[in-house]
Formats: sequence, structure tokens, C-alpha cells
Amino acid sequence: MSAPRSAREAGLVACTRCSRVWPMGTERCGRCGSHLVSRDSRSLSRVWAWWLAGLMCYIPANMYPMLVTSTLMSSQSNTIVGGAIELVEHGAPVPGLIVLVASVCIPIGKFIAIAWLALSVRRGSRAQPRRRQHVYEIVEYIGRWSMIDVFVVAILTALVQLNVVASIHPGPAALAFALSVIFTMLSAQAFDSRMIWDRIDEARA
Amino acid sequence: MAEHDDLAQLIACPHCDALYHVRLPEEGERAVCGRCHSVLIRPRKRAGMRIIMIAAAVAVLVVGAVWFPFLRISRAGFSNDATLLGTALSFGTGPLALLSVAVTLMIVLLPLTRALLLIYVLGPIVFDRAPRVLARPAFRLSEALRPWSMGEIFALGCAVALVKVADLAQLSFGPAFWMFSALVVLTVVQDRTLDRWSVWQALEPQPLPPQDHAAAIADPASRAGTPA
Repeated sequence: MSAPRSAREAGLVACTRCSRVWPMGTERCGRCGSHLVSRDSRSLSRVWAWWLAGLMCYIPANMYPMLVTSTLMSSQSNTIVGGAIELVEHGAPVPGLIVLVASVCIPIGKFIAIAWLALSVRRGSRAQPRRRQHVYEIVEYIGRWSMIDVFVVAILTALVQLNVVASIHPGPAALAFALSVIFTMLSAQAFDSRMIWDRIDEARA
Repeated sequence: MAEHDDLAQLIACPHCDALYHVRLPEEGERAVCGRCHSVLIRPRKRAGMRIIMIAAAVAVLVVGAVWFPFLRISRAGFSNDATLLGTALSFGTGPLALLSVAVTLMIVLLPLTRALLLIYVLGPIVFDRAPRVLARPAFRLSEALRPWSMGEIFALGCAVALVKVADLAQLSFGPAFWMFSALVVLTVVQDRTLDRWSVWQALEPQPLPPQDHAAAIADPASRAGTPA
């Protein structure tokens, strides 16, 4: 099977929401009403803006406490990493690892992956477009799962309110972390993955 | 409109912009982009009816899960019930109240909104009526909300939180917990059943001429079609 032509090469503009094609220059998709652009030239600046916002929120998210646990004797505050390590030490390695992966590995991997994708589009890259597309899909799919730590804090806060015996309160890092996840999700959504494939289109043209 | 009719026979991969002639795969098969391997078309038998049923069940379960107690812990004579809404709103006042709003949206309001939107959009289609006036913006909204509806992530969060609490106090599950678990499974099934392209096709202001459509269905091909 010969390599397919892109809609842009055929003088058409495609709707990324419903995959209908229209003549180049059409403003709105006649089927779903989405705004049409062949390639979103401002896509990269939006990617970087959300990326930076996400990174700026990720730093305080790791410095401030996520959870404050008060029991009869003591009060203890945990950061994201501290809480996960404590879970592992308490003999619950699997949930500890889930939290560690969801709130440390995934966010950091996401920052690196989005930056790499955005740079590779601008500079041109020797990496296979298919591999880059794959990375993008993983980033889009997995990014939401970082929110799990915020939900854990919400459940614990609502549940563990046993007067003086034990109580748990959220720390400021919860807000910073949630914002960081939301911003990086927006950053990934702003990326126009069709640009990954443009280099080979141009090379063939 | 001749030109537009021709364009209706084409499909562009939303991920890599590759252009294809539409050739409907058989029931249960998938049309895949030959370049980036995204799934383009995935028709399912009676998918519309199934999705409406699931959406109705989701709506009922969300309301139920909000109403009934979710989890209960007890230790040393003290006990505490948590409802789903209480969990979502647990961040209290101050700047953390923003989080309460976000969590309420993600685990209660958005799943409910998406279920209602899908019923609104697909209802007339399933019963062979003309789509509703706002069906197209409604489906667009439902699709835009999809990544922000995080029921399944909340469910995994429950599991982690339960392990954390287990050595602190005694735990018991309320009916809402089981409702919410069912809801998560249903939502995943729903997303697997929903074929976006078929829905948009059904919402097309001028549907494909019937004879072309029949020919397309008769053509057995698992790929999206021939490069245009």
C-alpha cells in the first residue's frame, strides 16, 4: 500500500473532532461545527505556556505537605514522596508504588515527553514519526491518572475525621499538584499531532 | 453541492492528517489509519441502543452514589460516614475550596452530564428520527468533556486510600461504594462501544446517498480504505 496523502496536500482541511474534510479555507466544520485549521500555527506557543504553568505548580506541589495527619499523640505532615515512602514502609508496597508512579514518574515523564515532542516538531527530528505519535498518545492517555493522589487526599480527608483519635487534613500541595496535572493535560491537548507527520510530507513533495 | 458530496466520501485521520476514501469495515472490525495506526471507524451492532442503556444506568448510579453512604470508618468508639459528595467537598474553605469544585466536577457532575448528553444526542438516532437541533454541539461538548471525567481514576484512588486507612481504623463499605464501582465498569464499556465516526455520520446534515452507503457496507475491508 502506497503512503497516503495528507489532507493538506490534497488542498483540503480536516476536522480533528469528526474527521470530515472540507475545501482549504473553510472556517467551520459543516458537520460538527468545530473551528477548522489545517495546522495550528499557535499550537506550540500554547503548548509551552501550559507546560511552563504546569512545571511552576509542580515545584511547590513537592515542597509543601500534601497531607496533615493528627492522632492522639502527634501530628505529622507528609509531602507526596514522603507519603508514598511511608506506605511502602508500612508494608503496602503496591499502593505506595502506584502513588509514586502516578505523582512522580508520570508527571516528570510527561514534562520531558511534551518538551521533546514540541522541540522535535520545530527543529525536525530523525526519530520515527510513528514512535513520536506513540509517545504523544501515551502522554495523552496517561496524564489524567496523575490526579489519583488528589483523590486519595479527598477520600482520606472526608473519611478520617475521628475527633481527637485521628484526623487528616489536606495541605497546600494538593491544590498545586491538581493545578499542575490540569495544566499539563491542557498542554498535551494543545499539541497538534499532525505536525509530527508534516516533515515526511514535505520531504516527499 | 456535488463537490461537498464527494468530500463526504473522504475521511482524514485526526491524528496525522492522512486522507482516505471511506470504506466501512464489517461489524466488529476496525478501520485503522495505515500511517499512525489510530482507529478511525469501529462499527458495533446496535451500539446506539447499548450506549443509551449504559448512559441511563450511569445517570441513575451517579444520583444513587451521591445519595447513599460511601464509606464508614470507626475506631475507639468514634465513627464517621463519608458520602461521595462529602468526599468531593472535603477540601473545605479557603483556596483549597477550588479543589472541591474541581473534584466535584470530575467525579460527579461531568460523568452525569456526559450520560445525559449522550442520551439527548443518540436517542432520536436510535429511533430513526431526525437529530435534535442541538445534537451536534451537544455531542461536541460530550467529547470535549471526556478526558475530564475521571470516575475510574477516583476508583483506583479509593483502593489506595483504603490501604492507607486500614491500619488506622476499621472500615466498612456503603451501598454507594458498590454503585460507584459499577459505574466505573459501565463507563469503560461505554467508551469502548462508542464509535465517534458513526455518530457524526448520523448527525450529518445531508446523509450519504443510500446506494453508496450500501456499497460501502458490502465491501469487506479492515483498513480505512484506499489512500485518496
